[in-house]
Amino acid sequence: MARDWREIFIIDGDGPALAEEAAEPEKRMGRFRRLRESLRKTRQALQTEIQATLFEDLSEETWERLEEALIYADVGASTTAKVVAQLEQEAAEHKLTGGQELSDRLVELLAEIARTGTDTIDLRPAPTVILVAGVNGTGKTTTLGKLAWHLSRELNRRVMLAAGDTFRAAAVEQLEVWAERAGVGFVRGELGADSAAVAFEAITAARREQADVVLIDTAGRLHTQDNLMAELAKVRRVIDKQIPGAPHETLLTVDATTGQNGLRQAKLFSEAVDVSGIVLTKLDGTAKGGIALAIASELGIPVKLIGVGEKLEDLRPFDAEEFARALVGVS
Amino acid sequence: MFDNLGEKLQATLADVRGRGTLTEDDINAAMREIRLALLEADVNFKVVRSFTASVKEKALGADIIGQLNPGQQVVKIVSDELTALMGGAAGDLAFAPRPPTIVLMAGLQGSGKTTATAKLARLLKSEGSSVAVAACDVYRPAAVEQLVKLAGQVGVDVYEQGTGASPVKIAAWAADRARTEGKDVLIVDTSGRLHVDQELMAELVDIRKAIRPTDILLVVDAMTGQDAVNVAEEFGRAVDFDGVIMSKLDGDARGGAALSVKAVTGKPILYASTGEKLDQFERFHPDRMAQRILGMGDVMSLIERAEANFDERQAAELERKLRKQEFGLDDFLDQMRQIRRMGPLQSLLGMIPGLGKELRGVKLDEREFDRLQAIILSMTPEERRHPELIKGSQRLRIAKGSGTNVQAVKQLIKQFEQMRKVMRQVSQGRMPDLGALMRQAGGR
Repeated sequence: MARDWREIFIIDGDGPALAEEAAEPEKRMGRFRRLRESLRKTRQALQTEIQATLFEDLSEETWERLEEALIYADVGASTTAKVVAQLEQEAAEHKLTGGQELSDRLVELLAEIARTGTDTIDLRPAPTVILVAGVNGTGKTTTLGKLAWHLSRELNRRVMLAAGDTFRAAAVEQLEVWAERAGVGFVRGELGADSAAVAFEAITAARREQADVVLIDTAGRLHTQDNLMAELAKVRRVIDKQIPGAPHETLLTVDATTGQNGLRQAKLFSEAVDVSGIVLTKLDGTAKGGIALAIASELGIPVKLIGVGEKLEDLRPFDAEEFARALVGVS
Repeated sequence: MFDNLGEKLQATLADVRGRGTLTEDDINAAMREIRLALLEADVNFKVVRSFTASVKEKALGADIIGQLNPGQQVVKIVSDELTALMGGAAGDLAFAPRPPTIVLMAGLQGSGKTTATAKLARLLKSEGSSVAVAACDVYRPAAVEQLVKLAGQVGVDVYEQGTGASPVKIAAWAADRARTEGKDVLIVDTSGRLHVDQELMAELVDIRKAIRPTDILLVVDAMTGQDAVNVAEEFGRAVDFDGVIMSKLDGDARGGAALSVKAVTGKPILYASTGEKLDQFERFHPDRMAQRILGMGDVMSLIERAEANFDERQAAELERKLRKQEFGLDDFLDQMRQIRRMGPLQSLLGMIPGLGKELRGVKLDEREFDRLQAIILSMTPEERRHPELIKGSQRLRIAKGSGTNVQAVKQLIKQFEQMRKVMRQVSQGRMPDLGALMRQAGGR
């Protein structure tokens, strides 16, 4: 029941993409299977505290262990307290009578929290401009490479990658390799060009060559670096000037291993550039990525995509229920 | 952020001052705040549990008499315990008896290994070593180029073979080269890898076998959450790393991962990376990290100042009271309560130099104390201030109210008067037999 690329990305009409999809159910099943495999690796590696707890009677210890397990998943004390309080109340009101019901209700609650805001990415504007930002090392460039590949292959979009990281050593070369792997267009700036200039160039080129989507990479930056946050805001303004309303989507990459600092990141990046969605990366490790839940709960910013590996294929649309199940440890 | 934990604890323990002691309930309340603060700082859940347990033990046994603010006292215990856990003194890189010293960098994707490699190279070079770096990340696009550029900026040789050869072969070749070229230090950068990726973890073990590094350093991102422990444990199991580099400490992540990793693996944190510039790299300071995790900035000096202030204030107040003969039965009761719990009048008379010893070993009879307390509490505030003015009818009332007799009331007042006299003398610089006095006051 995982979400499909066509569910998350809105495009006009039913074009050739759909026909292709229908003709390749085998391939699609293969991909889903791979995802389940990688997520299972994750779940097995980490003890499934929650699952063990839930099949006992609803005692005081149950709530404590549930709380522990959610904290362990980086959901954070605040969101955890909310969830546990609600479940405790429902149990007290005799709405929950046993382990299985508790488990189901927990998954439901968590999925509800995750399902905040808009969970789609609109690709109808021509060209659609997607800006990607995030803290150093969270996986922006790799994500862009994967996204470019998926949009190109799954949805038949003409994609352009813009090397907006003009700061880091060999960042442009890195993105160039991804552009080649994904088979999409690539735009880089002159030596010494600034990020905003590259964005401008890329959009100009996209219009000229009638590309459908422009993906703009930016340099990693800490949300605490005011000058860099200001620079990011400037990039956004330049894009907006060029195409009013753009960027149509601003994605923030968040590493699934991030702790409570993720909330600060999301908050401050949002203040600079109005983040519309999160890409939760590196979910193929043992971290559960519960911080995404805290971000959804406290800031109302939804996860739209998840990264599950370093290969081109390792990017998936976010599925709230699947995520909640993985968090809780049920398959 | 100091205001957060510090103030919360102050509020939680606000009414302790009147009672003079920390009960187990008080401490449990304080521990809840501390637990929350540590979890918010991303300290691993299990580490938090064992940490708060040991702090609770210390707090229960702690002497909080004389502290103006029980909250600050608890905070001090927490801070001391945290610093001790973080490792006390700063550790250092081990150097090989015969060069080159080989340092192997490992860690998750995006943790900051390549940047740290260049930074460490720069630091060691600035301290006089001849350094080379090896580019063994053949997977990440343009990773080799990145290290080549950084090495150029730092001014050290970089040994690379592009992405054609295996990391194990490149590492072995680099180690040989470093030896031949007489380098003091070789730092080997590797690709990021998941601790649950069996293939890549095996590769790391192979690299280790091939080059026999002097130090293996695990690079950990300061914003890592609960998962830090899993990562550290697995890497520890696989290659038994020697130390940790905390990266991206220039952010505002509290960095609880540092405590977790240290607590669970026992390995020291050697370096802190505090920015993207290559010179933003320093040796790690455990005490500073402890304060950061607690979110308390310069907590120690604040507490020390509070303690110093308290001592001065209390002493000055006491002196004033004695001089003006304002020392009343309330004050007396206060002190008696403290004796009951903790032994001799440390805070009060202990402040007068040389007196503490006189009072050691003086114990108070519980029942007697209760009687005295009942008597004092049956008095009006005015009567407590000036017990010398209490008349017969008042004594009767007090006796009835306290369930004692007039004789007991008279005795208390007499003893108290004696004590007051003695204190006046003491404040004037004379040394009476206080031990005997206390025994009298607490006795029959």
